[in-house]
Amino acid sequence: MDQPELSDCAQQLTQILTRHGRDASRLLQILRDVQDACHVISAQAIDLIAVHLAVPRVNVEGVAGFYSFLSTRPVGEYQVLFSGNITDQMLGQDELMQYLCNKLWVEPGKVSEDGLVSIAGTSCTGMCDQGPAALVNGWVLTNLDRNRLDLIGELIRSRKPVAEWPPMLFETADNIRRADMLLGDALAPGAAIGAVLARGARETLAEMDKSNLRGRGGAGFKTASKWSFCHAAIVEEEGHVICDVGGPPERVIVCNADEGEPGTFKDRVLLNSYADLVFEGMTVGARVVGASKGFLYLRGEYRYLLNRLEGVLKRRREAGLLGNAILGQADFSFDIEIHLGAGAYICGEESALIESLEGKRGRPRNRPPFPVTHGYQGRPTVVDNVETFACAAKIAEKGGAWFAAMGTAQSTGTKLLSVSGDVASPGIYEYPFGVTVRQVLADCGAEDPYAVQISGPSGTCVSWKEFDRCIAFEDIPTAGAFMVFSRKRDVFDAVRNFTHFFAHESCGFCTPCRVGTALQQKIIDKIHGGHGTLSDLEELKRLGHLLKTMSHCGLGSSAANPVLDVLAKFPDAFEHKLAGLAFEPAFDLDGALETARKITGRDDEWAHL
Amino acid sequence: MNKTITIDGLSVPFQEGQTIMDAALAAGVYIPRLCHNPEFKPHGSCKLCTVKVNGRNVASCTMPAVEGQQVLNDTDELNADRLALTQMLFVEGNHLCPACEKSGNCQLQAVAYYLGMMSPHYNHFYPQREVDASHPDVILDRNRCIYCELCVRASRDADGKNVFGLSGRGIQSSLVVNSASGRLGDTSLAATDKAVQVCPTGAILQKGKGFTVPIGRRVFDHHTIKEIQTGGGHD
Ligand SMILES: Cc1cc2nc3c(=O)[nH]c(=O)nc-3n(C[C@H](O)[C@H](O)[C@H](O)COP(=O)(O)O)c2cc1C
Ligand code: SF4
Ligand code: SF4
Ligand code: FES
Repeated sequence: MDQPELSDCAQQLTQILTRHGRDASRLLQILRDVQDACHVISAQAIDLIAVHLAVPRVNVEGVAGFYSFLSTRPVGEYQVLFSGNITDQMLGQDELMQYLCNKLWVEPGKVSEDGLVSIAGTSCTGMCDQGPAALVNGWVLTNLDRNRLDLIGELIRSRKPVAEWPPMLFETADNIRRADMLLGDALAPGAAIGAVLARGARETLAEMDKSNLRGRGGAGFKTASKWSFCHAAIVEEEGHVICDVGGPPERVIVCNADEGEPGTFKDRVLLNSYADLVFEGMTVGARVVGASKGFLYLRGEYRYLLNRLEGVLKRRREAGLLGNAILGQADFSFDIEIHLGAGAYICGEESALIESLEGKRGRPRNRPPFPVTHGYQGRPTVVDNVETFACAAKIAEKGGAWFAAMGTAQSTGTKLLSVSGDVASPGIYEYPFGVTVRQVLADCGAEDPYAVQISGPSGTCVSWKEFDRCIAFEDIPTAGAFMVFSRKRDVFDAVRNFTHFFAHESCGFCTPCRVGTALQQKIIDKIHGGHGTLSDLEELKRLGHLLKTMSHCGLGSSAANPVLDVLAKFPDAFEHKLAGLAFEPAFDLDGALETARKITGRDDEWAHL
Repeated sequence: MNKTITIDGLSVPFQEGQTIMDAALAAGVYIPRLCHNPEFKPHGSCKLCTVKVNGRNVASCTMPAVEGQQVLNDTDELNADRLALTQMLFVEGNHLCPACEKSGNCQLQAVAYYLGMMSPHYNHFYPQREVDASHPDVILDRNRCIYCELCVRASRDADGKNVFGLSGRGIQSSLVVNSASGRLGDTSLAATDKAVQVCPTGAILQKGKGFTVPIGRRVFDHHTIKEIQTGGGHD
């Protein structure tokens, strides 16, 4: 089979457009389907889509060009994207990718001459506990090794449709290693909603407040406050108080399942095995804020979960837990629609996510106004992480005091950690907040641990000297990633990997991040290549300052964290690589860290040599 | 009662709904800017207009003025950081000022003068970017584009045409035009469009107008960008 003919594509395109009701807010979903069908989004396709949706052509081209999983130049009929997270690299990803390339006679990043196959890298696919992983035409492949790649190579060469590949290639595991209040006992579908209806929406908000639940997506904003702002947004606008949760159904509940932070995969497990809990939490949120519309924004890498999740939604509708008059309550209607992402880490940022939901480029908005007052299509919108909604369902069922009794005073409840790297048992660990890094390391069987990257590249690199610190908002906050590096690793490799990640994922909107992440990558590569000098370290610190203080959103402002952290905690990792060091005996490494100390606002023992 | 903020200690009045930049402009206070043009909706991408409000950096062109804000603007630290951003804009594109028709009228160049830029500091990226001369009256030289999206906003909001847009992502961003061929000549752009007038750099130029004003007699040959941009709107 050759690349599908254009007329073929035009035909399929009409079907795709019809399926999506020619709705411009579904542009990203439409483009995903076109990419699937035609392996390219051609200029002609862009023209047609623009006409049919009545949107400017440049907007369609802008979206097509933004997302990694869409391409305006043909990719192979089989597109294999290797997960490029540091944990995949540690498991031999680079070598395996080259192996498959050799096997199929194709260069990385290029399309084979017959158009059959293209092989490239992609950002973390969220399979760090079962890597090396890859995607073939968007479907996740796990536990790759040479044997599996031999088989995959054969399947591709014989043009076997991906749907007919052996299921074992696509097997994924939850790997739940420690369960607590969230993963431990199942919630009977409807139990939390029933409790809310019995207790009342206001009273449920009071329970949420009492629970002191803080967002699990990273920023740790208090969930009850967010919900009450969203509810109040309309009250204020209309100048009168809406009784309880009645009122016009203009508010929106969004579940953030973008899970793009490298090393994080706990939302995948929640959605795979605890979807009812998550949807229940969204429904609780809907009742509390008075929303009738809900979205689950599912990262493209997790498309394999889509059918299953649609099935859960269908079952919940049939059980009266979604749709009109939920559990017979006449004034309570709420439904959930799933949107798929298409390979853009920035779409995890809540305002970029909303843009993406509206079918646009994932560019963070200017704030204020915030999503709680002006979110999806201008409506008051709550965006919360998957785990946050799961917690909310539990709180609705069991009460705020029950929840607040777990964890620490400032960090109540439990936290799911996605543990990967140099450990015997990678997977999901649920702990009450306050657990020490050392405890987690012991439980997962870490081998001679040297450093842990907590909360992913945008989080914190914790050195072996700090293992008695705690997982908690007041000490080490985390969105869930816990990547362990043993003493035999070179932490510089992790820094380099993360630096490439940020440069690749910068949306490009603002100058400091668009150019700064690219400059940072160039300097790190220069040092990696053995050409680094002391002035490069100074330059990295200066760039770190610019990224941190001048960027438009959290991506840019955390993009220098890995560099600054490792410069401060493991200066050797850089020093060994500097070409100029031997000729600069006067170099005062500790003195050179002064800028980094200033930037990070630290002067503790660990910030000195 | 007038509401006020202070900028570098100076009390500046504002009206509800104005940004810090609006208030500064009305008071004749210069805040460096590139992507902001008072005629269009604020964008907030270049970050040159960053000021410090109560210890936090914000883009003044998008941040609403709020009673009592203490704004720091003309400080050494902010100007040094603005200079670095300007240098970033220079090295990510291909800016050969002596050979550019916009030289002397270019806001990027003028802001660089104002901030005392003596060198690009960073290594040049030397990206490969396309020049489009297909339009009879307008030339588009992407080498000089700084992604301020003023042409995008002008074409959309003033001309009602949507001739320009951004595609790509990150450092691979690119300015695209509204035609399947990707050529400016195949779009509905007219030389009289607002979009042709607003480019702060030499990325969009009118053909046939080369050197009608000789170098040495151009706007920024005689005035700083501060004088021009606080002097009553002849941007
Ligand atoms: C670059 C970037 C990426 C983000 N990615 C995610 C993500 O994948 N999932 C998530 O829940 N939050 C992510 N966030 C945080 C969201 O912006 C937002 O704070 C969060 O979804 C709020 O939910 P919570 O209060 O339940 O944590 C990201 C933020 C930034 C700046
Ligand atoms: S900081 Fe980076 S990701 Fe965020 S808006 Fe700026 S360019 Fe985009
Ligand atoms: S062409 Fe000019 S106006 Fe348009 S985005 Fe580029 S620099 Fe801005
Ligand atoms: S002028 Fe404000 S960000 Fe560009």
